[in-house]
Amino acid sequence: MTAREVLPHLIATALLACLPFLGISNTALNFLIVVLITALAAQGWNILGGFGGQYSFGHAAFFGTGAYTTAILQVQFGWGAWPGFLLGVFAGTLTGFVIGFLSFRANLRGSYFALVTLAFAEVCRIVANAIGITGGAAGLLLGLRPGFTHLQFTDRRIFFLLATALVGIALVVSRWIESSRFGAQLIAVRENEEAAKAVGVNALHVKLGAIMISAAMTAAAGCLYVQNFLYIDANVAYGTWISIEALLAPIVGGVGTAFGPLAGALCLGALGELTKLFADGVPGIDLVLFGIALILIIALAPQGLIGLVRRLWARRARRAPFLKEA
Amino acid sequence: MYPPEILIEATLNGLMTGAIYALIALGLTLIYGVLHIINFAHGALLTCAMFAVWGSSVWLGIDPYAAMPVVVPLMFALGYLLQRWVIGPASHGDDNNVLLVTLGLSIILENALLAVFRSDTRTLDTAYSFQVVAVGPLLLSSPRLIGCAVTLAVTGLLWVLLNRTDTGRAIRAVAKEQLGARLVGIEVEHIYAVTFGIGCACLGVAACLLMPTFYVNPRSGAAFVLVAFTVVVLGGMGSIAGALIGGLLIGVMESISSLYLGDSLGQIGIFLVFILVLLLRPRGLFGARA
Repeated sequence: MTAREVLPHLIATALLACLPFLGISNTALNFLIVVLITALAAQGWNILGGFGGQYSFGHAAFFGTGAYTTAILQVQFGWGAWPGFLLGVFAGTLTGFVIGFLSFRANLRGSYFALVTLAFAEVCRIVANAIGITGGAAGLLLGLRPGFTHLQFTDRRIFFLLATALVGIALVVSRWIESSRFGAQLIAVRENEEAAKAVGVNALHVKLGAIMISAAMTAAAGCLYVQNFLYIDANVAYGTWISIEALLAPIVGGVGTAFGPLAGALCLGALGELTKLFADGVPGIDLVLFGIALILIIALAPQGLIGLVRRLWARRARRAPFLKEA
Repeated sequence: MYPPEILIEATLNGLMTGAIYALIALGLTLIYGVLHIINFAHGALLTCAMFAVWGSSVWLGIDPYAAMPVVVPLMFALGYLLQRWVIGPASHGDDNNVLLVTLGLSIILENALLAVFRSDTRTLDTAYSFQVVAVGPLLLSSPRLIGCAVTLAVTGLLWVLLNRTDTGRAIRAVAKEQLGARLVGIEVEHIYAVTFGIGCACLGVAACLLMPTFYVNPRSGAAFVLVAFTVVVLGGMGSIAGALIGGLLIGVMESISSLYLGDSLGQIGIFLVFILVLLLRPRGLFGARA
């Protein structure tokens, strides 16, 4: 991977980082932070689902494990937020390894893989709801302790920058996957696993690597979520909606592209806010629109919004010289 | 240890709940067996049917059981239209796309119901909701006994439909060899939609059987859908007998495990069975192929 290859991704991150200094309101900033957390979870899903073709319906398992590890270490064991964050990402990665090892060893693909990941997330949710260390159904509350060591900032902009930095790292990692040997093998497995095996790709190792990177990113999003809201319970952390959001954003934005999840999360976030503006107080309307968007994208633009823009761009580029002649 | 009467009663109750699970799973497994797709919208479609039963009872004063001749054809039509005009065309024949389109449908249906009916939980009061039949020392709920009987009847009907009618032969032909079926003049898209419709019609029956004793809110179908997936996977994807036996097994297991583990942890047994079957024997107990 050369510097030129990651230039757009670094520029995009830098542009994002400039946003809070343009004098936008705290409300807007809070909205953008949530979008970035979603984007990070979605970037994780995109590694396994987009590049690897393994559609997980249970990324909440990683998100929740990251979130709970961070919260438990701080609340129950008095750890600092930073080591808690790192261990949260580690625990998420480990969960990814375990789920990946079990399901890929059993050769589960397609719908079967989607179902088994969904079931793993549900098991996590029921356990977290029932045992004591997670605070049970009441959840865990992180005390308000502003300060760098607690990863809580009175200035929302600093937290925004932290989220942006993580999204930026995920962008670069996604770009690296696009151009690396590992990524080529992963895409080969997605396109035709048998053929990839025949040319010597160790499909199990490649998929395990992908699910671990994927889980790490989504777990980091979970850690960010806890630090942002200072509260977690099982229905949020391991809830179905997290799993759905993590896959919705890449599919809408452009599955298997570095920028897709970020673009998708931004568009869906904006769509959600717009509906709130027009149909405030009616629950579920925004989600109805998300569902419609999902079906429309799959039916009309399988490459997502990024693919749509690229296609229109290519058509314009083709048409331009013709117009000049005329 | 519990005394044997309690265990026997738990087993019988489990069998009766299991019958409803089987009925829901029947639709799911039929759709899987013929279209080879996982219908994620199954739970949301069940919720729709339950609201239809609730609505016809509250607004039109129709008894839940009497609503069957209305709700079942309506569900068939809904299923037919969804497969023919939404799921089929939108998914371009790709399995992952089918998953996503049906997921999208479930999000739309569930939240449209939420927008209209809000998240309130609704129940129906009928004269027979709490009626029981005494069998020796045991008291069995009569609506659930009726549920059991109707499930067996529906399974029988489905078997007759698949094995003794032209439509059934066409469905089996498409399930076995799609291209060959097309070559002999079967309109595959129509058969797909009919199968999807029959799967949804099973949900209509299940909704009529559930409503006298169960509640409905926009998320109540979701509670059944993972159980239904478990039943289908356990019984073997696409196997009708498997769905029936799997449903009864899961019902008994749930009832016994919640006796020993309590309600909140009792559910976990189902998911563990689900994961173990997928990991160790993805063909299920009666499935022909993985």
